[in-house]
Amino acid sequence: MTTAMRGSGAGRTNVDRFLTVIKVVLIGVIVIGLLAFIAQQISPGNGFAKWTHDGEAASRLTGAQFKGLVVSGLSQGAMYGLIALGYSMVYGVLGFINFAHGEVFMVGAFTGFIMANKFDDAGWWDGAIFIPAVLITILTCTLVAMATAVIMERVAYRPLRGSPRIIPLITSIGVSFFIQNAVILLFGAGAKSYPSNPDWLQDARTLGVGSFHIVSLKGTQIVVILVAAASMYGLWHFVERTKTGKAMRAVAEDKEIASLMGINVNRTIVTTFAVGGAMAGIAGILWGLLFRSVIATTGFLPGIKAFTAAVVGGVGNLGGAMAGGVSLGAAEALAPLTLLEPLGVNGVSQLRDAVAFTLLILVLLVKPTGLFGERLSAEDRA
Amino acid sequence: MTAEQVDEVTRGPFDFDIRGSMRRGLLLGLGLVFISLAGLPIGLDTRILIKPVLSLGYLSLIWLPFISGWASGTETVLDGVATTKRGARDLVRGGLVGLIGGACLSLLVLLMNWFDLRDPLVNWAPPLSAILQFDRSIAFGVLVWPLLSAVLSCAGAGLHIITPKIRSATLSAVLFTLAMAIFETFIVDVADFLDDKLYGQNGGLTVMSAIVVACLAFTVSAIGLGRRVATARVNYQQSTGKTKASQTTMLIAIAAITVVVVPMITGKITQELFANIGIFLLLALGLNIVVGLAGILDLGYVAFFAVGGYTTAVLTSPNRGPDWPSWVPTLPWWGALLVTIAISGLVGLFIGAPVIRMRGDYLAIVTLGFGEIIRILFLSDWLNGYFNGAQGITNVPPADFGIIQVKGTDPRSVFYLVLVFAAISIYVSWRLERSRVGRAWMAIREDESVAEAMGVNTVNMKLMAFVVGAILASFSGAVFAAKVGSIFPTSFLILVSIIILVVVIVGGMGNIIGVIVGSIVLIGVLGGPKQPGLLAEFSQYKLLIYGALLIWMMLRRPEGLVPNVRRSRELHQEEFLQDAWLRGEIDDDANTEEVDS
Repeated sequence: MTTAMRGSGAGRTNVDRFLTVIKVVLIGVIVIGLLAFIAQQISPGNGFAKWTHDGEAASRLTGAQFKGLVVSGLSQGAMYGLIALGYSMVYGVLGFINFAHGEVFMVGAFTGFIMANKFDDAGWWDGAIFIPAVLITILTCTLVAMATAVIMERVAYRPLRGSPRIIPLITSIGVSFFIQNAVILLFGAGAKSYPSNPDWLQDARTLGVGSFHIVSLKGTQIVVILVAAASMYGLWHFVERTKTGKAMRAVAEDKEIASLMGINVNRTIVTTFAVGGAMAGIAGILWGLLFRSVIATTGFLPGIKAFTAAVVGGVGNLGGAMAGGVSLGAAEALAPLTLLEPLGVNGVSQLRDAVAFTLLILVLLVKPTGLFGERLSAEDRA
Repeated sequence: MTAEQVDEVTRGPFDFDIRGSMRRGLLLGLGLVFISLAGLPIGLDTRILIKPVLSLGYLSLIWLPFISGWASGTETVLDGVATTKRGARDLVRGGLVGLIGGACLSLLVLLMNWFDLRDPLVNWAPPLSAILQFDRSIAFGVLVWPLLSAVLSCAGAGLHIITPKIRSATLSAVLFTLAMAIFETFIVDVADFLDDKLYGQNGGLTVMSAIVVACLAFTVSAIGLGRRVATARVNYQQSTGKTKASQTTMLIAIAAITVVVVPMITGKITQELFANIGIFLLLALGLNIVVGLAGILDLGYVAFFAVGGYTTAVLTSPNRGPDWPSWVPTLPWWGALLVTIAISGLVGLFIGAPVIRMRGDYLAIVTLGFGEIIRILFLSDWLNGYFNGAQGITNVPPADFGIIQVKGTDPRSVFYLVLVFAAISIYVSWRLERSRVGRAWMAIREDESVAEAMGVNTVNMKLMAFVVGAILASFSGAVFAAKVGSIFPTSFLILVSIIILVVVIVGGMGNIIGVIVGSIVLIGVLGGPKQPGLLAEFSQYKLLIYGALLIWMMLRRPEGLVPNVRRSRELHQEEFLQDAWLRGEIDDDANTEEVDS
């Protein structure tokens, strides 16, 4: 990496020293926060907790609360992971961040809302008939999101191939803006509520062996995790085991040589967008089932966070994207209560997004290649 | 190699790419249907342009066939390849495109009568039907749209046939009339006496005055005033040395006198508009240094605006949070400004240092993250004791300069204050651009590794761009605080960053004149994130238009309206090299190398 080279070649500058300070401070906050959390779990009335909480004893987190946080973090993280796959694949193949990918996710969630609403009017969103209805909905969402991604590529990105890298990035910001506001104007600016899920899906279930309860999960959370795992497996199979997947990897490695080997680069790039879009569409409908509400700006923050997840896992690395998503979801759910709250920060749930962005900064400072390493094309490595 | 003169070919009226034109027609139809369903015709119908013929709502539909018709007739002119003689063929092609596009709209009219899709599509409702049917029967609407669209599209294509002189005269007549109608509020504000003469009672030009205005514009253009202006411009660009210097001074003096004098004679609305343009111009000038000169895509630029606004508010308002220690003083506005500059500079360093080593696209996302983090912190309960969370800091006193007080109720004073800062910012940007620092920035923009190899300290230079940008944004934040009189976290959404980015890009990255033009055109006409522009009716639609504009500019004209010569060469490097190669300036072997890179 160029960063490493510069570091060794130019000697330590003030900027380097400053960055070291930032790293130390951030990691220090994490360590002290964790220690304080552990101390607080053991004895809520310890001196540090009293000092940070204005003289009152801290409140302990119960086991059930903790497990609840982990589960909600994981299910949200699974969706981040699904969206992150799209970022990762496009970055691997074209080398630019498709800023508008979050909007593809939003389009998926919106399609889900429209379908679910229509099914609900027909009385299909309940009982046993719910299963075919939801399967049709998932399929439609996937197709619509796929189409959105493909049209996006055709209209906005294909003409820009080969221009300086900043240009498609700026264009994708425009695309994101455009889709968001088009949805607001076409479908209205208010939040759209999904019809309520059938009880058997919504109810919490306890997983455990005999009388030993491990964790209690909502049906929707189980569905989210299962569907995400299945899609991830499908994608992995597609990329690693099929001919098209092989072509995709070849194009990611080197477009020119791939085209010399007889691969249709254009079609492969379109496939990449389509597959990424499909994953985002699935994430969209899952989001709808889980949170039961969608608004035109739904795509923006999850989009940025999914990018964070892709970076955390290592851009271009599909397994990494999924792992990054799950760890980001977990970190975002846990960190406010286990790191910041013990340090006496109040209103921690408002800081979730800030935690996600800080994590992005920390990862890029400490390990810019992500946890599992980047897989970049020849041009990117240069 | 010189261009060979090849004769024009005459082709029959139906001898064109029919499938291509049909596809174009379908695209036009999609565009029309989208505009209708997005609600532009309904929302803009209240604004009458030419009474009783044309409203802004209908204009939002009919401009599209016209442009499509023009575009259908555009042909690439190649050296040595015969061009086709213009004629009936263009008209037929334009008509076909328009006909198909209009037919799509007719289909929408029919569908709207047969089905009820109001549930997801909010505009699928009687008001839209009424507008699309011209308040008459369904059959009328269905028949009129293809016809109208075909006629407009034919007219657009017809522009290719007439001589350039008449074409420019016609275009200026149409555009000038529309401009007169669209900018009615502004014109009436500046010159009240025109109100009764030109405009009807509830707004809009009367048919009579529209005809008079159009004829006037046509004659003025036809007698060649436009061309004389163009010649003067070319002369100015080609002049050198003393002549140019004196001409530049004169131009600047004229511009300065205009901006100082105009707000004195206008009403409050225009002054408010000018003040908003000025505030965003300051931001755009700062971002121009970061994005335009140094090539760093900073999407969290709003963070510096926020820091500027909040610092000023904290240091001047009696209503700042209760937790501030007593040694933090309450200062007059100009005193707070000095602290604000220092703090924004520091924040610029603080945000800049971690990000400058990152790859360009990572940097964009991380700066965006910083922008959000800063807004979230201002909003949070955690720092509620300092920044009052969502309630914001109210009661920011006006900036008191003894003789005048700058406050929101007196937009003129705000404008003059902004003008002072804008003058400072323009001067600073202008000097920096031509300095060693500016050249280093441009070198980094073109190729960072090469710049480093040439001995540019890239880290320091990029940090400096960040800090200068931050300070310019903090000016804007400080003025904003004094103008609005209160500071809320909702004024500093990421949206603001993106709108400023659009302003810089549409105007022309790296070009001060371009940025000024961009701010005037975009903020003035469409409006800022929350501030209305001249087209106040556009408030719902302006973000969509900003998005579309950004995409269109990137695809068609990435160098902006007023391009920076060097930047546009970078962006069109391949075409530039190809042209040079065609002219025989580059030999073959060298060319392949350069095109690859």
